[in-house]
Amino acid sequence: MTRKNIIPQSVSTLFGAALLTFGMASYAATELTVYTAIEADDLKRYAEEFNKVNPDIEVKWVRDSTGIVTAKLLAEKENPQADIVWGLAATSLMLLKSEGMTEGYTPVGADKLDKKFVDSDSPMHWTGMDAWVAAICVNTIEAEKNNLPMPTSWKDLLKPEYKGHIVMPNPNSSGTGFLDVSSWLQLFGEDEGWKFMDGLHENIAWYTHSGSKPCRQAGAGEAPIGVSFAYRGAKVKAKGAPVEIIIPSEGAGWDMEATAIIKGTKNLDAAKKLADFAVSKQANTMYNTVYAVVAYPGVAQPVEFYPENIGDKMINNDFEFSANNRDRILKEWQRRYDSKSEPKS
Amino acid sequence: MTTLMDTVDQPSLGARVKQRISSDERVMRVCMGIIALFLLVAVVLPLYSMMAKSMEDRDGAFVGLANFAEYFSTPSLFFSGINSLAISLLVTFIVIVTAFIYAYALTRTCMPFKWFFRLIAIVPLLTPSLLSGVSLVYWFGNQGIAKDMLFGETIYGPIGIIIGSTYWVFPHALMIVITALSITDARLYEAAAALRTSAIRTFFKVTLPGCKYGLISAGFVVFILVFTDFGVPKVIGGNFNMLATDIYKQVIGQQNFQMGAVVSVVLLVPAVIAFTVDRLVQRKQVALLSARAVPLEPKPDRRRDMMMFCFCSFVALLIILMIGMAQYAALIKFWPYNLEFTLANYNFDVANGGGWDAYHNSIKMASFTAFFGTIIVFFGAYLLEKGRGFAIGRGVFHGIAMLPLAVPGMVLGLSYIFFFNNPDNPFNFIYGTMTILVVSTIAHFYTVSHLTAVTALKQMDDEFESVAASLKTPFYKTFFKVTVPVCLPASLDIMIYLFLNAMTTVSAVVFIYSSDTQLASVAVLNMDDQGELPFAAAMAMMIAYTCATARLLHLLITRKLLRRTQAWRHR
Repeated sequence: MTRKNIIPQSVSTLFGAALLTFGMASYAATELTVYTAIEADDLKRYAEEFNKVNPDIEVKWVRDSTGIVTAKLLAEKENPQADIVWGLAATSLMLLKSEGMTEGYTPVGADKLDKKFVDSDSPMHWTGMDAWVAAICVNTIEAEKNNLPMPTSWKDLLKPEYKGHIVMPNPNSSGTGFLDVSSWLQLFGEDEGWKFMDGLHENIAWYTHSGSKPCRQAGAGEAPIGVSFAYRGAKVKAKGAPVEIIIPSEGAGWDMEATAIIKGTKNLDAAKKLADFAVSKQANTMYNTVYAVVAYPGVAQPVEFYPENIGDKMINNDFEFSANNRDRILKEWQRRYDSKSEPKS
Repeated sequence: MTTLMDTVDQPSLGARVKQRISSDERVMRVCMGIIALFLLVAVVLPLYSMMAKSMEDRDGAFVGLANFAEYFSTPSLFFSGINSLAISLLVTFIVIVTAFIYAYALTRTCMPFKWFFRLIAIVPLLTPSLLSGVSLVYWFGNQGIAKDMLFGETIYGPIGIIIGSTYWVFPHALMIVITALSITDARLYEAAAALRTSAIRTFFKVTLPGCKYGLISAGFVVFILVFTDFGVPKVIGGNFNMLATDIYKQVIGQQNFQMGAVVSVVLLVPAVIAFTVDRLVQRKQVALLSARAVPLEPKPDRRRDMMMFCFCSFVALLIILMIGMAQYAALIKFWPYNLEFTLANYNFDVANGGGWDAYHNSIKMASFTAFFGTIIVFFGAYLLEKGRGFAIGRGVFHGIAMLPLAVPGMVLGLSYIFFFNNPDNPFNFIYGTMTILVVSTIAHFYTVSHLTAVTALKQMDDEFESVAASLKTPFYKTFFKVTVPVCLPASLDIMIYLFLNAMTTVSAVVFIYSSDTQLASVAVLNMDDQGELPFAAAMAMMIAYTCATARLLHLLITRKLLRRTQAWRHR
């Protein structure tokens, strides 16, 4: 008897749920599917700020790491699911642009942004939000234990005492890793750059598959030194890890988080509103709570745990060079450093 | 007279029986067709779209085998291939030997605390495979507690991969071996005893041949699981390249789907070999549980039972140490510098991955997968094993059922995007829904479930069907009255296997979840990736508690049902 009752009950519950969902859909004007790689604890804030200006647009986040979001966007090329991308590496968006997947639209107020943070085409295909700067994370406790001096430059990392104490992301797996490699080639030139990496390779304990990992591993003392980026360093430090974040004196490579509307979106108007908001001063102030360098000039305030004057150390990054030579650089890197099977002791 | 009567009567009777069979056959073929269609849509067609990708350039133009030529000309492939092969073979050897002894102890001895060992062996299934990597870092990493036990060797590399892989594939192998060992005919042992055959000889002449098929299947399962897993090598592999991490590099690192597809096709090769060998072995398999079989009741033997107890305790201890460390990691503030206990790591709403909603979604997804998956898998295996005629169709069906095991989850997930997100696909509407997650998960774990069902069914004598057919009982009656009850333990095992895997799987679903269907297991991956190790451990432990509860429920239900339906197994 009781068993018979269960089925109708669950059916009616389902119906109720379905009705509720439909009811809700008719109230919210537009649902915007937003792909992003921004950290979850920031996402809620971002959506709330945006809804202060546009209460009638509901943001539906699809969040994952940079590599997966990019792969997902490209794989969905024939039938895009995203309306807009808000907070993904600009290099990824450039790739989408070259595949013809982005909508040309110059957001209202984009002219106020720093020129190096926006697409040079008109109309723009992407606009930058904040910069994401390469940095070295050093665990002070482990460094002391192993008698390691504090490095101040990239070239310092070549010193023999660091042998087996450095981890960095594999550029074939991680965008941060590629950013490092491309910045060294730009800083030191092709020949010098590869020579630098030959030396660095001798000191590397292992390569990771994620750009955040080296700094996290440095924070946990798994490796004394991690080549990563400043944002991650600040987060790890905020958690109480004994790490020092160093921006190398030669200058640091960088990428930015950026926004782009996906071509073919059914919610173009709402997407444009989000794009407008993403370049606003209000939004940039919001980015500044976690990122030290943002696209809107004059907004940036120092952020806790970040090294000072990080903006001055950013190299004049040639994104075109990176994009055009990516395959060649990765292949060369793989040939030189990735064919060895044994982990080095 | 009688001879005359017989010869007169027989043709007409024969014709009637045949007729009955053929109408049954029609129903069976239709059912099989439906399940085959499911596998076609869920496995074959997506894979086809993946294969097609491997022969395209970045602009989608057909380039034949150019991508393969390019890939094979890279020296790293050679090393990755050798590494994958060596690691997989080694882990297979370790796991099969361990699983066999463990299963033997559980099924053929009077070792005490069997229920405990049965429970503990399932623990690695309760968490995503990544977690073994996390745990190993805490044990043997550079800050690890037991670092010195490695004598200066690093855990980041082959050692870590072997330990981590052995840990998480152990229950997968155990499940198959237990099934193979638990159904046997006691009369064989009685005969051996009557002939005064030595215990060792009995073991090699009766026990081993009896579970040979199960052991070989388990071997293939383990080999392919390790060969295609990317979770463990990604977390703990260091610079040790394997084919599965090569796919990761191509697809996630460089968004080069074409090359990713090429490596995927290379990875499919062992599956084809496994399938061929499996078919050859299977041909020789004879039903052990004939209609007259008598179930085997192990007799106590103090020395053997104690030895087995020690062995199982050792394995259990290793498993407990692994999961224990993960639990510890979830409860402390900041490893290794602040070892205070905290529950803050369970506050998932401030971490990446969808918070508690993801956890609830996972439970929903796993329940659907277990329910629908078991029905599809078991019925499919039944039609395959007990169906008559239509040999080619059944061969093809079995081949397709073996295929998912060889497909790395990442490949399956990506191929789902290509296939289901195509606007021309009539199934396009399931994209981005819970349904596609359920379908992909059933497909992903089809093979082991299928093998379990087949192993259970194979040990049932075909005589049941022949008798039923001669009594003019339609096949579905035999199915529900005989087959289902006899195989109930196996199908409940399949159900829990699917549930646990659905809770813990990462690689396939990571590409196809949407904002409404985030999953807890994916959250673990994300948290680990972002360096939120304690959150990752805590979320993984939430999955573990859930799975453990489900497993306990499964145990209680099984016991109750066993008492009701399996009394015939005991004299």
